[in-house]
Amino acid sequence: MHKSHVREPRVHLVKRDGLPWWKAWLIRIVAVVLALIVCGIITLLVTGKNPISVYATMVDGCFGTARRTWNLFQNLAILLCISLAVTPAFRMRFWNTGAEGQVLMGCLATAACMILLGGRLSQGALFAVMIVTSIVTSAIWAVIPAIFRAKWNTNETLFTLMMNYIAIQIVSYFTYVWSVPKGSGQIGLINSATQAGWMPSIGGHDYLINIIIVAVLTVVIYIYLRNTKHGYEISVVGESQSTARYIGISVPKVIIRTLLLSGAICGIAGLLIVSGTDHTLTRSMVGGRGFTAIMVSWMAKFNPMSMVLTSFIIVFLQKGASEISTIYGLNSSFSDILTGIIIFFIIGCEFFINYRIRINAKGEKE
Amino acid sequence: MADTPAIELQHITKSFGSTRANHDISLSVYHGEILSILGENGSGKTTLMNMIAGIYFPDHGRILIDGEEAIIRSPRDAYRYRIGMVHQHFKLVDVFTAVENIILGDNEESPRFNLKTAAAKVREISDQYGFELDPFKKIYDMSVSEKQTVEIIKTLFRGADILILDEPTAVLTPQEAEKLFAVLRRMRDAGKSVVIITHKLHEVLSLSDRVSVLRKGEYIGTVKTSEADESLLTEMMVGKKVTLNITRTEPKDPRERLKVQNLNCYAIDGVQVLKNVSFTAMSGEILGIAGIAGSGQRELLEAIAGLQRVKDGEIYYIHPNSGKIEDLTEKTTLQIREMGVRLSFVPEDRIGMGLVGNMSITDNMLLRSYRSGRGFFLRRKQPQQLADDIVEQLEVVTPDTRTPVRRLSGGNVQKILVGREIASSPTVLMAAYPVRGLDINSSYLIYDLLNEQKENGVAVIFVGEDLDVLLELCDRILVISSGEITGCVDARGATKEEIGMMMTQGGGEKRA
Repeated sequence: MHKSHVREPRVHLVKRDGLPWWKAWLIRIVAVVLALIVCGIITLLVTGKNPISVYATMVDGCFGTARRTWNLFQNLAILLCISLAVTPAFRMRFWNTGAEGQVLMGCLATAACMILLGGRLSQGALFAVMIVTSIVTSAIWAVIPAIFRAKWNTNETLFTLMMNYIAIQIVSYFTYVWSVPKGSGQIGLINSATQAGWMPSIGGHDYLINIIIVAVLTVVIYIYLRNTKHGYEISVVGESQSTARYIGISVPKVIIRTLLLSGAICGIAGLLIVSGTDHTLTRSMVGGRGFTAIMVSWMAKFNPMSMVLTSFIIVFLQKGASEISTIYGLNSSFSDILTGIIIFFIIGCEFFINYRIRINAKGEKE
Repeated sequence: MADTPAIELQHITKSFGSTRANHDISLSVYHGEILSILGENGSGKTTLMNMIAGIYFPDHGRILIDGEEAIIRSPRDAYRYRIGMVHQHFKLVDVFTAVENIILGDNEESPRFNLKTAAAKVREISDQYGFELDPFKKIYDMSVSEKQTVEIIKTLFRGADILILDEPTAVLTPQEAEKLFAVLRRMRDAGKSVVIITHKLHEVLSLSDRVSVLRKGEYIGTVKTSEADESLLTEMMVGKKVTLNITRTEPKDPRERLKVQNLNCYAIDGVQVLKNVSFTAMSGEILGIAGIAGSGQRELLEAIAGLQRVKDGEIYYIHPNSGKIEDLTEKTTLQIREMGVRLSFVPEDRIGMGLVGNMSITDNMLLRSYRSGRGFFLRRKQPQQLADDIVEQLEVVTPDTRTPVRRLSGGNVQKILVGREIASSPTVLMAAYPVRGLDINSSYLIYDLLNEQKENGVAVIFVGEDLDVLLELCDRILVISSGEITGCVDARGATKEEIGMMMTQGGGEKRA
């Protein structure tokens, strides 16, 4: 046959179906290893250091001392808490990009209670008020876009995103109002003398209570999504709104209810940040974790238990990468570059979990 | 005609993931013939033709056009080999006119549009083969059969000599189908090759010269239509002898169960979808609803089920024991359930409305029952039992009840949906296109289930598309056209032509 003019496509993509779970995880592990190799090469080129010692630096930055280890788990707890908050909405295909602002409003509510009521109420009563106000404030902040979506079908992604900026401005305003000394725009440690409204330390560990609260919350959300009628309704609405209507679920009701829950958990995250960790209020204290949480939730396929692992990976990478830039005297952008590379690989590998690439070798006929 | 086939397929194989859609298929299409590709749903007909049309690329095997190997990587490549395909779901831009759609993407020769010459060429093609088409009519003003005409002319306009049509009659009335067949015969006589994908036997027999049969992705054989009959073709398709009879019993003690009076409904965009619809469904009978797809069948069933807003009119339900009359108008699905009205509904959109594709069989059983029982937590025990029962009794092919329903074949999905709806022992059962896309055995199983419900005294409402089946299965047939009831006939005496006429009446200005 005169085959000179015909060219078969060299590669084509084949969709995979039902890949065994261990194979999927193998692909993910390979992706992480490849990412670490690429990071090593780049670090080598930039700093001239041995990649192995670079990785040792990462581990050292995370687990080098007891303080670092506690720090790591503290960060993990907060990130996991915010990820738990966005997950019920995401399972409903409600793309809440406003966790940043919702958590910040929880921070504001907590700080307001500490500043205005600290010393006037007993520690127990103060905590009760803090818990209620932070949860309610964040829940209100989250339910506003939910109501608009449920009633008028507005786009929740833009709406929640814009509300972040409003929240930041509100917090900016109050950091000015409450600043110490007046007009400095800085609040500093709240109630540093009395420690009113500070989360108690358990057995001398400041962060242990945060970690315990988030651990319990993880189990609760896991059960809520899997084994309750509410969780089931969330799944049905997320999969198909017409099925939900068909069996008589009121979609607006589920949307509003779920966003109240999402917001409430954001409020708890705000409480843990202000009362359990930082004891202050700044406009940047959530630090983008409201967005990172989206990634944590996605990579875990919205499963709260898997989110423990994915949030660990993210926190480990961020801590490790920032240690590298500190030790080798690079600025913080370098750690961002490394984190970016690793996350690119982790997200990119999902493609290979869903598709297989076939390469038509020459003469590979029947 | 010449001995070189227009298309020759050699050992074509194509897999999607672990499913082998086509395995080692070899067949030929000659110039000046109509070839039917016959097979049940899921037998790989469309996949095979999509490889000729450049949608997919085969994993193995060769395609020869006029004896020379052809590599077809895109629909554009296919046109270069003078191959055109009319897909089951039309690919037209709604806000464009016919001629705009026809020249869309056809910029091979000149990069500039010339609508006038194009329209003239469209008219010329129409005259040659006997189409009726206004080149400047907008697509959204067209009936389904006009849209199909646009698709066919589009392929001819681009010079196709080989025309592939995927299930072309699925959306047509019997009269429209006859018109289409006349056109296709004229094309054959002009020397073109026509391939039609179908699963309807009578079409194969009345239209094609030869028929090639596929089963489960394998090539079974090709026969001359003149030497074939229904039972031979069925046997080739299914792999064993099947008796194609639906038993129809006389309705026992029919009583009024559901009364619809002067129902008017509007779609969200303000178009009236139901106009003064009135009818009565009786217990112990199957009431068929016939009509062209999209004539208001869906809205009618959804209005009864509480899913469609009703402008005015009434829907009454008469309780079987007490005779108490309940007004269902403007009630939500949940309210209807709480009133103790056992209304089951098998919607047209199985995965997407009736079932959740990503959920397991058990969790899909939960859809109807998850509210039962007090408290906050789900109880999966009973649904699990129900899932096991349905899988066993209806012979659902599945690895286990934890499998997501989207992984199952169409027939098995439908068994699960119908099984669940029947499990709540309904007094009214509505089923929209319950056998669409099902293989022959599954279809007959569904007919049997509906008949069983009828004999139990259920008022069954059956929306169907195959008039032969409607005439065999139902007791009475209601005909709907453009949202209006245009007739109600006794299925035991009516003819296909009679019903076909009623299907196109009413709303007159739209289809003359």
